[in-house]
Amino acid sequence: MSLMNTLARAEAVAAGRAVPAATVRHRHLAERPLVLVPLTTAGEAGAPLGAMVGTDRDAPVLLVVPQPLDRELRFGFFAGLAAAVLPLMAAYEDDVEVEPATRNREESEVCADAPQIVVPNSAALEYVRLLGRSTRFLRTVEDPDAPHPVPVPVPLLGRWLTHYGERARTPGSALLVAMTELLTRHWATGQSSMEDQHLGALLGWIDPPPGLDGAVAAERAQTDRAPDGLLLSPPAGPATDPLFDNRVLAPAMARYDAARTDGADAAEVAAAEADVRRLVGSQLRPTWDDVWHGLDLLRALPEGARVADRWKRDRWSFTGHRDRLRAGEPPQPKRDGAVAAAQKLAGRETAQARVSAQEALDDPLTMAVRRLAGEAFAGEVTGVEMTYSEGRRPMPRPLLTVRTPDLPQAEPGTKAYRAVPGAKSAQSAEIVSVAPEVRSDGTPYDGGPAAHLVVVRLTGGMGSGRVPKEGSVPEAGARVDFTLFEHDPRGGPGLPEPEQTPWTHGGPPDAGVPPGTPPPADAPDPVTAEDYL
Amino acid sequence: MSTTHHHSLRKRLADLRGPGTAPRPLDARALAALAANPGCRRRALMDAAGVDKGAVAEVLGAPARFGQSRFAFSRGHAFEARVKRDGCAELLRLLGAADPGVPAEVPDLAAPGPEGRAARTRLALAEAPAGSWTLLDHPLLALEVAGSLAYLEPDAVAVAPDGRWTVVEIKSFPILDGGADAQKVGAAARQAAVYVLALDAVEPGRARPDVLLVCPRDFSNLPTAEWVDVRKQLAVTGRQLTRLTRIEDIAATLPEGTTFDLRYAADGSTPTRSRIELSQAVDAVPAAYAPECLSTCELAFHCRDRSRADGCVESLGRGLRGELGTLTTVDAVLSAAHGEAGDPADPAVAALRRAAALRAEALAAPVPGAGVPAQQAGEGAGERAGDAACR
Repeated sequence: MSLMNTLARAEAVAAGRAVPAATVRHRHLAERPLVLVPLTTAGEAGAPLGAMVGTDRDAPVLLVVPQPLDRELRFGFFAGLAAAVLPLMAAYEDDVEVEPATRNREESEVCADAPQIVVPNSAALEYVRLLGRSTRFLRTVEDPDAPHPVPVPVPLLGRWLTHYGERARTPGSALLVAMTELLTRHWATGQSSMEDQHLGALLGWIDPPPGLDGAVAAERAQTDRAPDGLLLSPPAGPATDPLFDNRVLAPAMARYDAARTDGADAAEVAAAEADVRRLVGSQLRPTWDDVWHGLDLLRALPEGARVADRWKRDRWSFTGHRDRLRAGEPPQPKRDGAVAAAQKLAGRETAQARVSAQEALDDPLTMAVRRLAGEAFAGEVTGVEMTYSEGRRPMPRPLLTVRTPDLPQAEPGTKAYRAVPGAKSAQSAEIVSVAPEVRSDGTPYDGGPAAHLVVVRLTGGMGSGRVPKEGSVPEAGARVDFTLFEHDPRGGPGLPEPEQTPWTHGGPPDAGVPPGTPPPADAPDPVTAEDYL
Repeated sequence: MSTTHHHSLRKRLADLRGPGTAPRPLDARALAALAANPGCRRRALMDAAGVDKGAVAEVLGAPARFGQSRFAFSRGHAFEARVKRDGCAELLRLLGAADPGVPAEVPDLAAPGPEGRAARTRLALAEAPAGSWTLLDHPLLALEVAGSLAYLEPDAVAVAPDGRWTVVEIKSFPILDGGADAQKVGAAARQAAVYVLALDAVEPGRARPDVLLVCPRDFSNLPTAEWVDVRKQLAVTGRQLTRLTRIEDIAATLPEGTTFDLRYAADGSTPTRSRIELSQAVDAVPAAYAPECLSTCELAFHCRDRSRADGCVESLGRGLRGELGTLTTVDAVLSAAHGEAGDPADPAVAALRRAAALRAEALAAPVPGAGVPAQQAGEGAGERAGDAACR
């Protein structure tokens, strides 16, 4: 945790409510996001208990599995989830924009917008991945040999959920986001980051009910129980409160099982099922409302200037998956090959560098963190000395002296960058020297210097003439901001073609396989007689 | 240590627990949690005395949130039974037995009382024949922790034909596509390390430092297993357990007559001890609260309330102390940051002042491309106790 964050948390304790950790919103928010609150059955991987899903906060779709160990009922749940998610995907697939050709890319189309899925917390986000993994290999009723076929759209749902889950690992992406992560990015609470994982408690700090202190509101959300012993603010899932399981849900499921084995009376089964539905719904609804509450809070923040750029990359990601589905590619493999994994990692590293730079440029509070870390500095130009590069055509290389309260951690020769209003890219520069400010007689100030004098040499962004372009060199007295990180970082050199990949990294494709042949698709999970799943 | 010494400690612990209250056995999970926070004397003492911390928290009005779901419980049992059926044939296969068709020796370890079971276990380990597999189903191992004895029950211990002992840990979370939840594997490894330590106490060096973790495979009920190297957990847990302050030393610092007795009414389930009295008894033992406690200790909410009331920075995160140096309270941090206190030559103070100045400047700055002013943090810290309570 950064010192800035520690300070903010201390301020939140003193203020009795959360304080800002950002001045702008750093993630795209869709106008109509799909909110998904999943619940799982304790101890059973891939056995969902229920979910609340939808784009209308007043009309969520409630999906409940009255007996999670029953395969058919689980498949019914997956079909219901597919019915809630897939039409949304389809609605965005055909609304495209044409992206003009660039030097490296042909003219192509990109979806004008993409559906956004919001889940309550990081555990729910992982659960979306798990749902994707458990459904994308299932065999459908179209497969005559399938022992336990699922409705047709289920594997497609699995592939979309897998794609969304995978994309969520790209820093700064917003196709699938966890509400706790969004909120902790924008507010600092007076509790630990571990406690921030509880959505109800987090909201208690950020927006306590009138008359309540943040700490009290958070504690209420964490521990207050109704007279029947159940938590007033149930866990945001996917795990349920054990007390709820033991005291309420298990007996209700037992009644449902009994009604079914007794057979005959359909009304009795329906009543027992309705009972389980009501119980599961009661655990889901508070979280559902919390997620929408969080969305309201985030919408009140102005969107960062570079958020749209990152969302466009999400739209590309959505379009890319649409194209892979349309091309009839097999489901995503269970494990990435070495080449695919290397590509993903490289992409994520670039995305991390990009989002760090963009967030700092969009938000003075984030820039303050970088300045404190010595990765950026701001100050006043106290002197400009015009020098020129050597060579046949001397170019302007003005030396700026900047008086800054910051202490940039930079050796002479380190590259620096400055955002110039109206310019397309950052102005490049290099650090010449960093020295503590001294008195006019040359003696140091008592108790350490109040400021540092940084000499930077501007090396670009001044046009191609001998005289710098107007406005490209700041004058004495101007306030300037420099960063020691690139503003628009690009990835490293490209990875070699598959044919050139050394054996240590997955190797070139087998000689016997014609180039371009996709790797064999993963087999569906085996179904054994004894497992319920 | 003399027998009378042992006897007096045992009496003291029984007094702390309350007369007529059966002690709660200290299990590997509790020991692993204790090892993760060795500075907590409160937990060490209450665990050693076998106090039901959950019931204490209940009376204190700050009950824990965690517990085990019936579903997870029955799933875990069903899976363990599946692994151990047919004379543990499946388990033998997973252990890598040359011929899993040859049944293993599964000695009967039943005996009255933990001492008896632990003795049977020691005997079975000693008598396991060389050249064939012996499987101990739920053996009981004794381990001395901070001067008092804890009994531990691993899922199974296997004696290989070459005489090495292997701890087997059966868990019901899945190994999916060759990987499992890192947190759960970590918890299982810390727990298994405690068993290895207990086996080392029987005979050093016989137990393998890698344990067999048996889990369901993917979404099925079929067992699969991975070897988990627990050398690191062994070293950490072993060192932390020796660092635990001796229980008798902690007990000696308590005021005469201190007890965590809940004074159950005649029905045996209604505590009659007053909250204030119990709270005083609990607070007589110093705790080392960190947010991680919330998921491992029943008393955590009570300790959190105390830690917050004292304004300790640990309540915001255990790692914070490292960067804050001598500033142990939230008030100290804020007054140092705002220039009201603290030595500017202290690097932590200087960095905080710098951070506060930058933060104030950023919050006052107009947001690029937007005109909405940021919400400003209010001042006015509540009343807080001094630094004394925050170590």
